[in-house]
Amino acid sequence: MTDYTRMTAAEIAAALASGDTTSVEVTQAHLDRIADVDGDIHAFLQVDAEGALAAAKAVDDARAAGEQLGALAGVPIAVKDILATKGLETTAGSKILEGWIPPYDATVVSKLRAAGMPILGKTNMDEFAMGSSTEHSAYGPTRNPWDPERIPGGSGGGSAAAVAAFEAPLAIGTDTGGSIRQPASVTGTVGTKPTYGGVSRYGIIALASSLDQAGPCTRSVLDAALLHEVIGGHDVMDSTSIDAPVPPVVEAARRGDVSGMKIGVIKGISGEGFQPGVKQLFDESVQLLVDRGASVVEVECPSFEKGLAAYYLIMPSEASSNLARYDAMRYGLRVGPEGVDSPSAEQVMAATREAGFGDEVKRRVILGTYALSAGYYDAYYGQAQKVRTLIARDFAAAYEKVDVLVTPTAPTTAFKLGEKLDDPMAMYLNDVATIPANLAGVPGMSIPNGLAAEDGLPSGFQILAPATKDERLYEVAAALEAALHDKWGAPILAQAPALAGKAAG
Amino acid sequence: MSALSRDEVAHVAMLARIQLTDAELDRLAGQLDQIVGFVATVGEIAADDTPPMSHPLPLENVTREDVVRPSLTPEQALAAAPKAQAERFAVPRILDED
Repeated sequence: MTDYTRMTAAEIAAALASGDTTSVEVTQAHLDRIADVDGDIHAFLQVDAEGALAAAKAVDDARAAGEQLGALAGVPIAVKDILATKGLETTAGSKILEGWIPPYDATVVSKLRAAGMPILGKTNMDEFAMGSSTEHSAYGPTRNPWDPERIPGGSGGGSAAAVAAFEAPLAIGTDTGGSIRQPASVTGTVGTKPTYGGVSRYGIIALASSLDQAGPCTRSVLDAALLHEVIGGHDVMDSTSIDAPVPPVVEAARRGDVSGMKIGVIKGISGEGFQPGVKQLFDESVQLLVDRGASVVEVECPSFEKGLAAYYLIMPSEASSNLARYDAMRYGLRVGPEGVDSPSAEQVMAATREAGFGDEVKRRVILGTYALSAGYYDAYYGQAQKVRTLIARDFAAAYEKVDVLVTPTAPTTAFKLGEKLDDPMAMYLNDVATIPANLAGVPGMSIPNGLAAEDGLPSGFQILAPATKDERLYEVAAALEAALHDKWGAPILAQAPALAGKAAG
Repeated sequence: MSALSRDEVAHVAMLARIQLTDAELDRLAGQLDQIVGFVATVGEIAADDTPPMSHPLPLENVTREDVVRPSLTPEQALAAAPKAQAERFAVPRILDED
């Protein structure tokens, strides 16, 4: 019997189009897999079996009636719990939103529904997308399918783990400082952050509005491109949405050609602080691209080293503003302060935010409030905005010499659960290679490029392209993916350990 | 450098409308002081004449025709409210007793 959970989205789509299977059958197979293994992984916060099967039946009926359907019609998908889903609980991993049922869909979700893609459920995440390990979820951590004692990355660890554990062929993530690419790196999956403004942010619970970007989590480059085309494009509901057609990413993913392309290796982003096995795989991947006809240019991006510091001022500042809406007045949790008979709105607000926010959210909201406060604004937030300018200039100068830039996606493979939980600075360092893309708004992608020699865990290769040139990510990634598959004989996830599932009791 | 004292953290938490326990203050103050020491390094490289960048895209004001469009009903808007009364959000008192 065909195991639909092991197929890529493109393969499932082809099987559906040829009538070899139905969306109901494929969706049910994934729901069964979730029931079997998610107790061990905890990728999902909510599973919507009824809704997914109803959507699957609707698309099967439409196909039977001869309706014209999109490329991914009938292919099920998981959605990060930071996207509003009408009628389906949305918490952003926070207690303060526990039980919130949105009265509307995020634009990305509307597009998935319109494309006939059944939504399997909502995936776990660090609270309000603050974290690099999914340990900051108020609902407990997600575990890495490669080793359940290790983190699946963050903040989109649930989406990445769902795809890596074959619980969903596709998932949606959001990336504010690397939250799609870093989980992809440590779970052996493909994660794409499109150009800022390339995918609507309407209905995505805001963390840092000038940095947040939704994108695909998949097991292949072609799947990422197919999903990118479904969710991308201009949206009048989002004033920061780019009013231009979606770049030709599917065509680029099918082409996968780097001959004549100049690949820029950023000095300083792949050396000190990077795990030796990660560095070794990075160098081997660059060589594979050279073998396929690319040339390598070493480029300097001197401001990148200050990107992390700038990010950890800009992101908390925007977060402190965005999270002010959780004030216990219109929706979400309301907690009365203890021992106060007739509390004021201000007292209720403070007590609610104390009870509803976790440690990391409190840390960042307080940091952001501090950075924006009178007397410190110029020294912190103002300076960080200038660093952002310098980083954008570094990118612009680099792209005059090269077509894409490449780095390892994360400095290390997946670390152990709890290892960095009490050391915020150590956690923040995970995002050092991914953050510059968010600060400048350029697109980035991580693809799995092997298992590190010292621990046998997945490593990621990051590709960064100029803004609106997303197709270059897919062109390079598809070429590297093909070269790596030739080397391994199969996708890297074929080497992942089998999960015990229910059989283990 | 020690940039952020425990008292300052308590003050900023109050500004951010987050009530903290003493244990939380003890823990967060040390961590925030370390983080502030790190992020303060942004001051080392940007020259005075570097323009600040708030956003990766040039922002344009977006306007729409002033026409009535479908929107949430009062019932939908109030459905997730902690407390509602007479088709309105019911909130704790906002004025001091005196």
